[in-house]
Amino acid sequence: MDLLSMLHAFFTKFSELINTTLVYSTALIFGALGGIYSERSGVVNIGIEGLMVSGAFASAVGAYYAEEANMGIWSPWIGLLCALLFALIFALIHAVATISFKANQVISGVVINFLAAGVTLYLVKVLFNGAGQTETLNDVFSKWEIPLLSKIPYIGYALFTAYPTTYIALILVFVTWYVLFKTPFGLRLRAVGEHPSAADTVGVKVKRVRYIAVLISGLFGGLGGATITLTTTSAFSHNTISGQGFIAMAAMIFGKWHPFGALGAAVFFGMAQALNNFMRLFDFSKDIPQEFLYMLPYVLTILVLAGAVGRAKAPSALGEPYDPGKR
Amino acid sequence: MNKVARIFTSESAVNPLVAIVLGLLFGALVMLAGGYNPIAAYGALFSRILGSPYDIGESIRAITPLILTGLSVAFAFRTGLFNIGAEGQFVMGMTGATFIGVKIHGLPWIIHAPLAVIVGALVGGLWGAIAGYLKAKRGVNEVITTIMLNWISLFLSNYIVNTFLLEPKQQRSYMIQDSASLSIGWLSDAMNHARIHWGTLVAILAAVVFYLILWKTKQGYELRAVGHNIDAAKYAGMNVNRNIVKAMFISGIFAGLAGVFEVLGVFHYQVVAAGTPGYGFDGIAVSLLGANNPIGVVLGSVLFGGLSYGSAGMSFGADVPPEIIRIVIGSVIFFVATQGIVKWVLIPFYGKRKKERAS
Repeated sequence: MDLLSMLHAFFTKFSELINTTLVYSTALIFGALGGIYSERSGVVNIGIEGLMVSGAFASAVGAYYAEEANMGIWSPWIGLLCALLFALIFALIHAVATISFKANQVISGVVINFLAAGVTLYLVKVLFNGAGQTETLNDVFSKWEIPLLSKIPYIGYALFTAYPTTYIALILVFVTWYVLFKTPFGLRLRAVGEHPSAADTVGVKVKRVRYIAVLISGLFGGLGGATITLTTTSAFSHNTISGQGFIAMAAMIFGKWHPFGALGAAVFFGMAQALNNFMRLFDFSKDIPQEFLYMLPYVLTILVLAGAVGRAKAPSALGEPYDPGKR
Repeated sequence: MNKVARIFTSESAVNPLVAIVLGLLFGALVMLAGGYNPIAAYGALFSRILGSPYDIGESIRAITPLILTGLSVAFAFRTGLFNIGAEGQFVMGMTGATFIGVKIHGLPWIIHAPLAVIVGALVGGLWGAIAGYLKAKRGVNEVITTIMLNWISLFLSNYIVNTFLLEPKQQRSYMIQDSASLSIGWLSDAMNHARIHWGTLVAILAAVVFYLILWKTKQGYELRAVGHNIDAAKYAGMNVNRNIVKAMFISGIFAGLAGVFEVLGVFHYQVVAAGTPGYGFDGIAVSLLGANNPIGVVLGSVLFGGLSYGSAGMSFGADVPPEIIRIVIGSVIFFVATQGIVKWVLIPFYGKRKKERAS
């Protein structure tokens, strides 16, 4: 094999790796962005996993009934909408518990995860005659090829042939950055997370801002879950979202509660997952037990948090319920 | 007697009880909405829990690991840490016990079984200590590390079982040697082969040890001081970092023991698993319901273990999806965590009493 064809083979594989990385990263980007809204406003959100589970479930069910109603290519979009609404309910529970009733935010998050798993599996059995998973969807998102750009050799396939959800995620990264750092609302949201009583003094409605932030995180969590069912799995069962929400949370922390940081971290974790498939193409990696490849993203998270990138600084008032009477 | 009365103040006993009732009511509503009969469902549930000697024994089996993981989470809570990693510590404890149970031959029971228990507990403890170390030395939030360690433990133990312990053509390890078994044969036979084991006794003892460590030793005082106010503890000359590692180590031992007894007392082998077993997460619920005190944890375990075991009866007895029990448990924790809601529900009762007194 001459050099040119070897290079060709390598770059083809590499652009496949990037393409797969983006597929795996999308849900993590949504989850991490959702976490950023909530935590920047001072509300810990361990419930991202549960929000993603509820979104994955609702999107599978919504898209299924839309298919039944002959909605054709619109059905995944309807699934997406259902995911937003259903995840919003769970986010509302978290908001009511933590903001109005001052429940421990970590515990409330655990409850969200618990409830989401129970409610969705229960509803799957109710709706699908006792089956353990939803019917498989026929109409899910297919990859979009961006005109012209997708024709660029290697890069075109790597970056410009992707599911619509990936593009939505990337756009929302910029939107989130703009909202958080360039708008009055973003300033209030961050102020509420850093120093709620100071924000209150200057007239910011602390509880209202936190409610909005937690509800937004619900929307993002729902999108993240829906992404998984509507692009890769085409159905919802108990293991559709296995730990993705927790990795998204790690991506948020790794990315230092900043949208671009979270994007980078999500792509990093997505690549760690994509590498599982990619590495098998090489001879040297055949000796590495599969289990260690599965472990990779989690080990990397710990190593990274333990020092490789320096300490992450959480919003100051994270985890503290706001109590106007307290000094 | 006073002490018992103090633990069951109206605050600590009434709130969880009301939360349980609200949780069961909420579950009933969900069942009604799904077109099921909640009375038949709860009937099937409770008859499954107490229906026969076998069911009683199996309920006890389901309750045992929850006591230990509940104590694990509660212990960390008392020292100001949030241990979401009981799940991983459970898995590592299980793996340690399986390894000793399978690989070591020819020891008498009196040595082999305790050795397997101790090794499993230590492995669980060390797994917990990793998170403690990272928190103490590197300032990494233990919530994140323990979540990550849960996943790592799953794959690591799968690797160990696959590589060193696998029975050919099976998705599980070899059976452990009889000399490592902690089953109680005669009691098991008396209860129609319900899987009764010595771990239940150890779990009860562990609750006592939990109490003794925290409230009767100098070390426990330090641990609680760090939990209450880290700065004050530091000012008083306590080594906060060492206490954090110790607390996570002890917490991990409790969770590890839970895994140990699942292998040595219940299954006698370890499977190559697709996911973690969930006892660690249920432990969070149990410790919360039990207000992080040992008696509360035991009572909370009885409730959740009973409900979880009984839920299988609902699908056979009343054709209701057993997942409903997760909804009930989730909403019970929710009502405990948001005590405001429970108090709000109780207002009419308190109001009434006041009125009566006034008239």
